[in-house]
Amino acid sequence: MSVLVVILGFLVGTALVAAVGRDPANMYRAIIQVVSGFDLTRGTWNARYIGEWLVASTPLVLCGLSMAFAARAGLFNIGAEGQYIVGLTVAQFVAFYGPPVPILHWVLAVLLGMLAAAAWGGLVGFLKARYAVSEVVATIMMNYIALYLSRYLTMLIPGTNTYKTPSFPATVRLGNAWLEGLTNRSRLNTGFYLMLASVLFFWFLMEKTRTGFALRATGFNKDAARCSGIDVTRSTVLSMAISGAFAGLAGCAVCLGSFGYGRVLAGLDNYGFNGIAVALVGNSSAPGTFLAGLLFGMLQSAQPLMQSRQIPKEVTYIISGLVVVFISLRSGFGLILEARAKQLARKGKPRDE
Amino acid sequence: MGEYAIEMAGITKVFPGVVANDGVDLRVRDGEIHALLGENGAGKSTLMSILFGLYEADSGSIRIRGADVRIHDPNEANALGIGMVHQHFKLVHNYTVAENIVLGLEPRTRTGGVDLGLAERRVAELSRQYGLSVDPRARVESITVGMQQRVEILKILYRNADILIFDEPTAVLTPQEVDELMAILERLRSEGKTIVLITHKLREIKQAAERCTVLRRGKVVGTVEVAATSEEAMAEMMVGREVKFRVDKAAARPGELVLKIEGLTVKNAKGFDAVRGLDLEVRSGEIVGLAGVDGNGQAELIEAITGLASPEAGRILLKGRDIAALGIRERIRLGVGHVPEDRHKHGLVLKFRLDENLALKSFDRPPFSGFAGILRPKAMAAHASEMIGQFDIRAAEGPATTASSMSGGNQQKAIIAREIDLSPELLVVAQPTRGLDVGAIEYIHRRIVAERDKGRAVLLVSYELDEILDLCDRIAAISKGEIVGVVDAAGADERAIGAMMAGLRAPGGAQGAGAGA
Repeated sequence: MSVLVVILGFLVGTALVAAVGRDPANMYRAIIQVVSGFDLTRGTWNARYIGEWLVASTPLVLCGLSMAFAARAGLFNIGAEGQYIVGLTVAQFVAFYGPPVPILHWVLAVLLGMLAAAAWGGLVGFLKARYAVSEVVATIMMNYIALYLSRYLTMLIPGTNTYKTPSFPATVRLGNAWLEGLTNRSRLNTGFYLMLASVLFFWFLMEKTRTGFALRATGFNKDAARCSGIDVTRSTVLSMAISGAFAGLAGCAVCLGSFGYGRVLAGLDNYGFNGIAVALVGNSSAPGTFLAGLLFGMLQSAQPLMQSRQIPKEVTYIISGLVVVFISLRSGFGLILEARAKQLARKGKPRDE
Repeated sequence: MGEYAIEMAGITKVFPGVVANDGVDLRVRDGEIHALLGENGAGKSTLMSILFGLYEADSGSIRIRGADVRIHDPNEANALGIGMVHQHFKLVHNYTVAENIVLGLEPRTRTGGVDLGLAERRVAELSRQYGLSVDPRARVESITVGMQQRVEILKILYRNADILIFDEPTAVLTPQEVDELMAILERLRSEGKTIVLITHKLREIKQAAERCTVLRRGKVVGTVEVAATSEEAMAEMMVGREVKFRVDKAAARPGELVLKIEGLTVKNAKGFDAVRGLDLEVRSGEIVGLAGVDGNGQAELIEAITGLASPEAGRILLKGRDIAALGIRERIRLGVGHVPEDRHKHGLVLKFRLDENLALKSFDRPPFSGFAGILRPKAMAAHASEMIGQFDIRAAEGPATTASSMSGGNQQKAIIAREIDLSPELLVVAQPTRGLDVGAIEYIHRRIVAERDKGRAVLLVSYELDEILDLCDRIAAISKGEIVGVVDAAGADERAIGAMMAGLRAPGGAQGAGAGA
């Protein structure tokens, strides 16, 4: 079903491109170049495009997992953005103040970044479970606290100007020579492996363990879960914390993988918010979210290639927007059809047909 | 043969997958009380909803006082003089009685405002005429359920209805209020009104109705003169086979004290004391029934016993151990089983599979969870297959059936299977048969008695006094959060229990269990 919706989104996108007088085939050439590396117009092949696609997809998949994990436990985590920033900020600090020992340095940065983001998310879960604070409102506010706190703290690092810190030591970079070699010196890095591991972890924990069982039961029916002795407070805090850890890892992967220096964030990177759409299209399952993340990553990486082919890059936003709208409509249509069936049953024969 | 007020002929109504009414004929004489009898799902409410314009029939015709009519919505029904008292009252709670009655048809003053004085006078007049005593100025939220029902009746009379449909009117009433309602029905009839009484309670039909039409699975089984037939015969028509009225059970052999509640006080969600200094004892091998009208603290008492709510004061002793401060999970482990009143909200995760629901309280332990907390779906499915066989749960896809796709009776069987399988010391059962058909009710009653005979202590909460009288060994009447009295079920006087449910202390006979009485 999601596949159909995606196809529908592309069809409308194609029609739009044709309507503004450009050749839709160019759009598809750009997309093919992103996912396969082949440039059909020039007949050349460059694996770097594939690498960049996967780099772009990594934080999208992770933020999608963040949203999806909370959703499965019945929570709406709009805070992936803030949790992402917390993970990123802590990783930046560990980069400058952690022990510059190979491997240990980046492992420590990633772990502490995830831990801090987990605490950032878990706090909202605690407020929700204990004081019935709406997680939607709390996470939105926490996003801005995270953003401005990150700016303030990052500027305290010596040598930082208004937009960037000095360069990171090499020991904390997630660069991976083998992956870079494979993809013709793209920015593809160890973060990609961490993302794959996260997808597996999500799937295993949610579907295969008793913890996941308790979370799913809580997500479907909090009252029945509580009645059955499931600790709903624990489920809520835990799901928000794990959700936060996924977003935090996204922050670490972007910060230590794609950039060689810390950033004084001028605004939101929007990976967290895009994660909402990714989880929605992926139906909050681990494999679905993975594929949806790759799709959104593909659209994002295709933008520059489209522009060089005279296709407005905005069409990618339109396509991803349409996919989200169609998915939402699907639920809406379900409701309408249901209501219509009821109405028909009520009235016997439809009078107006 | 007198003139007919209502003639419905060949009414057929098909819902997706169900034939709710299949060529139903119903003829109600002018000025009679006509009962419509049938099990849940037999099509009574559908038939009356068609008459009241809520549904439209697929085929068939309706004649009111000999004239062919088509009724498309309730306003047209009102215009034809048809009124309906719904099972769930449709009143505005913070309005007064008079305001509720005139709502939508308010008498106007010359300047166009609502003439409340006139409204109150009209209401007082109507209530005198039909013997329905109500205070027109009282707020609906402050009057009893029985009074609210009178307001509903007055609302219809105010709209000049002369055909009155009552949908299960006694479901929410105490026995005394039922008697009063029966008197009201008789009074209405003597004033020339025609009444259709939807019910599945045979005694009420015997008491009030002249004729009775029995529906089964959407078809009319027959129409009988009530005076010339017995309750047993009508029950057989309704169910299609002989029905046992009483649950077969041996005498109880109460053993040690399992549950002892002392001075329990529990606040409800609004912060009022819903349970006030309540004392109660349940022994092993007995079923204690909590008789009371809905909303007298039963729900809060159960929440306190199962751990869903924490009490303000008092002790809850399970085999001598105070469990009042323990969590829900600990209480389940110690042997508190719970069949909740609202099975969809509290009993099941509807989107889970049957096997997951059957493991809902034990999924985190062997055999359902193994090394490192990894679930063992095969163990869950095997356990579910066993329960399906043992408890006769009908599920289309076996253990993999989604709970929401199962029928109400089978959902309830699944909950009972889960609770009994955990082998609890104390089984708290709330409204176990609400909305179920006779077959499922019989089965569930048998299972509850079997648990008792295994030596378990059972606390049954039901708003159906008949169910309590049938099933229990001792009956505790609850009113306003206190136990008013405890009596042995053998030879219990229904009137006396009804009086206690209304809050009146039983004279002599009953042991006063309410402390400080």
